[in-house]
Amino acid sequence: MESILTNDVSQSSFFKRLTWGDWLFALALLAGAMFAYSRYADFMDVYEKGFLFSAVAVFSWLGWFFKPMRLLIVGIALLSLFGINQYQSELARANQAFFLKYLFSSQSAIMWMNVLFVLATVAYWLALLARSEFAGKVATALTWSAVLMGFVGLMVRWYESYLIAPDVGHIPISNLYEVFVLFCLITALIYLYYEGFYKTRQLGAFVMLVVSAAVIFILWYTFGREANGIQPLVPALQSYWMKIHVPANFIGYGSFSLAAMVGVAWLCAERGIFASRLPKPEVLDDFMYKSVAVGFAFFTIATILGAMWAAEAWGGYWSWDSKEVWALIVWLNYAAWLHLRLVKGLRGAILAWWAIIGLLVTSFAFIGVNMFLSGLHSYGGL
Amino acid sequence: MKNPNLSTARAFYELFSSMRFAISLLSILGIASIIGTVLKQNEPYNNYVAQFGKFWFDMFEMLGLYDVYHTAWFLALLAFLVASTGLCIYRNTPIMLHELKTFREHATEKSLRAFNHQNEYAFDGSADDALKRLTAFLAARDFRYRPVAQADGATLLAAKAGSYQRLGYIFTHVAIVVICIGGLMDGNVPLKIEELLGYKAVETRDILATEVPPQSRLSPANLSFRGNMTLAEGTTGNVAFVRIRDGYLVQELPFTVTLKQFRIEHYATGQPKSFESDVEIRDPELKEPLKATISVNHPLTYKGIAIYQSDFQDGGSRLEFNIWPLRGAAHEPGKMQSNVFKDFTLGEGDDALKIELDDFRMFNILNLSADGKGKSHNVGPSVTFKVRDTQGQAREYLNYMQPLTLDGRAYFVSGMRAAQNEDFKYLRIPADGENSLGDYMRLRGVLLDPAMAPVLAKRMSGRMLEGQNANPEMIAKFESSMTHLLEAFARDGYTEVANLLEKSVPEAERDKAAEAYFKIINSAAFEGLAMSREQAGLPALEPDARAQRFVADALNSMSDLSFYGTPFYLELNGFEQRQASGFQLTRSPGKNLVYGGSVLLVLGIFAMIYLRERRIWLLIKPESQRVLFAMSSNRKNRDFENEYARYDAQLQALFKG
Repeated sequence: MESILTNDVSQSSFFKRLTWGDWLFALALLAGAMFAYSRYADFMDVYEKGFLFSAVAVFSWLGWFFKPMRLLIVGIALLSLFGINQYQSELARANQAFFLKYLFSSQSAIMWMNVLFVLATVAYWLALLARSEFAGKVATALTWSAVLMGFVGLMVRWYESYLIAPDVGHIPISNLYEVFVLFCLITALIYLYYEGFYKTRQLGAFVMLVVSAAVIFILWYTFGREANGIQPLVPALQSYWMKIHVPANFIGYGSFSLAAMVGVAWLCAERGIFASRLPKPEVLDDFMYKSVAVGFAFFTIATILGAMWAAEAWGGYWSWDSKEVWALIVWLNYAAWLHLRLVKGLRGAILAWWAIIGLLVTSFAFIGVNMFLSGLHSYGGL
Repeated sequence: MKNPNLSTARAFYELFSSMRFAISLLSILGIASIIGTVLKQNEPYNNYVAQFGKFWFDMFEMLGLYDVYHTAWFLALLAFLVASTGLCIYRNTPIMLHELKTFREHATEKSLRAFNHQNEYAFDGSADDALKRLTAFLAARDFRYRPVAQADGATLLAAKAGSYQRLGYIFTHVAIVVICIGGLMDGNVPLKIEELLGYKAVETRDILATEVPPQSRLSPANLSFRGNMTLAEGTTGNVAFVRIRDGYLVQELPFTVTLKQFRIEHYATGQPKSFESDVEIRDPELKEPLKATISVNHPLTYKGIAIYQSDFQDGGSRLEFNIWPLRGAAHEPGKMQSNVFKDFTLGEGDDALKIELDDFRMFNILNLSADGKGKSHNVGPSVTFKVRDTQGQAREYLNYMQPLTLDGRAYFVSGMRAAQNEDFKYLRIPADGENSLGDYMRLRGVLLDPAMAPVLAKRMSGRMLEGQNANPEMIAKFESSMTHLLEAFARDGYTEVANLLEKSVPEAERDKAAEAYFKIINSAAFEGLAMSREQAGLPALEPDARAQRFVADALNSMSDLSFYGTPFYLELNGFEQRQASGFQLTRSPGKNLVYGGSVLLVLGIFAMIYLRERRIWLLIKPESQRVLFAMSSNRKNRDFENEYARYDAQLQALFKG
């Protein structure tokens, strides 16, 4: 009885609930950062040093907040280090060493990610159609494996870029190929978090469709355009801002995609399609709101960071460049969405449709601007 | 009677601060913004006229679509947004602050019973004990509470949590206003007003900065501007040009900038790695010039003016040319020296051609593989120039200094276009064994000179009919048709040969004859090459596959000369590069407001989304030994439902145990 008075499992102090495993995880991250600092501090500017240690805080918190992340991060670290070690400082080994050729070179790892995401999508649909709990569990496991391989791919790619030449080395979020991989990973991760939060696997079938679409794009970009190579950075992109601007943006894009797909599920349920299999409309509605809210917060941060970067690179925090304008349009769109829901108290079909149209607007801001409009964001032509 | 003015004002106030108006504004602003991304902004006006035609050009100009984000109507939209948001803040902030402070301790049992979320529990023991347990319960859940004694001896615990959510509202909306004000400060609003009042006028003439009249000049005291400055190496500037619509204003600077050197560094693959300018700032207030290096992502700020590396161009490089004639028998090049942005004239009288040197590029990263899948690499310098005739008609040319390797063979490549919006058509001249134009030009001197046709025909007949005991009549006939053929080729390459074929050969035999003609011209070209090399005192060429390909390529290229349009080939054979660096200079006092507003915005959004305001009332009634629990939130959602259900269960457990 006394425990009810003094603590509420879901409410007691965040830090008090941390286990020794949590602290060990944070300590391991800190140790890793200190090791990196001791070896590479000379190559980092003051901002990058700040990012390195902020990353310890951010990823510790992420691991504490969303426990499976701890295992994921440890897995990424171990596999990436193994892959990097296999290179023995020779880029040519990507096609010679067995583990690199078939598993951990960035191209192979990302290809595994592609395959695993597609398999996960199939499994989620199987789970939804056949009401199979087992298929659902397999789907979740496949998604986690895909995320693991994708991040290993990006990490190894980061290292590979330095093997090409020290001055070519850069974080692999600089062109359309790389950010599409990032998009898949972030969307899947946010989904996995909510899958645990709402204890439902049924929405995977919808969300993974977007991820699979991105995978198809990656495959076309790889085989159709052969645009999967590592390119040196143009001068405008050589900035520490990229390390925070781009991920923040993709948390936004990922969340908005998630919201739109939940919107699709809501509309399906309303029309009686899968109605008995999907979670209750209130849950879907809440899911959609939470995704839009997270997306809006991070998209705002990303746009502000972008403005600050623009002020440093282009001479003005706002130049009405096509990408900036479309970012504004996306922002206005979701600002209106949130007003409708929070202030007007609107629920249901209108918001679901609005979220889906929002995804179209977001996609245009993400890819359409690069394809059809000219401007300063020329990092990825099609 | 009601004052009608008052009610109109009231109606406006209601409209402006309404949610519908705000959402409509957000949507309209979004849609209006699209225009500027679809229609390229701030292009030279001629381009728009060419694109839309006169009628639509005027229409669009009237609407200001060429600089849509600085038009009065767009700024008015923004101003409406600021006004609407401002009114919204004015209207709601007192309510929000009240909600933030109040515990709503005046709730009565009756009102609590009307709540959707309420329950009642019985307790044993004293009311004091129950109160103690309930305050502990609230405190453990981060609720702040206020006990209020009721008239009937009961105690009401009015509690709340997450009240700072209300600050989120205030922060986000204030942030929007602050950001917009900052943006309007840095936009050209003050300038727009001065322009409307007639104090300032945009200069559209292409004249020296020093000649621009005062009404198109902005003083160094100007608070906010964004201008461009281009400096050649070794030159100094003290003004920036602010581009406005189809003209500009001259912004005077409180200091001078000297460009000492501009550098481009390259990656091993040839792509540019960095653009850097070494500059010196001079100012009477400085004892020594301020030396600094400006590069992309690393601007220099002096006296509140930030100087950015923006672009680069040629600064008047000195170029040396071999001018090869492409007509007549002459085959020795003339020499010429000039600078980029300068002109020189070739030829005389009506045939005079003005050569305008437009640009010199040190590096050209091209992908020359046939399928486009090979690696790009640097093919060396190039020069762009226009050739203008006495009528004023110009063609643009792009010549590469070094031969480019195409399909494994080396060619001198020159692009030509008659209009800016066309693609270049390329002339490919095969390089000879010394990687020079010599053999080609000598051969051209022989083959494209009609006077040489009989000479060549004679040499051919001598070689081909040798030892065949041909009679003089036959020889003369052979030489005559040979001369015809070569003259035709000299006039207009293979096109003219085809014409000849059509005229003189019956249709059934044309294919065969064409093949024969082709072979004869090839042999004649070989002969011509040998002859010209003899004359130049050069050793004879081995008639190997390489030489055959050279001759075939040379013939194709000569055949293409008619489209090339100028009787000269300018071979770049020396240069002394001088670069110019383009800077952007900005002074933006609104920046701090915008950044401050941005921080406020982020804080506000997180507060609004992640703080949930909830209120709990616990009415402890000693007489009936019962506790009434009611809970509410300004946002009814799933989290709230779950939380209520959890507390309900916990309270039940608390009092049962």
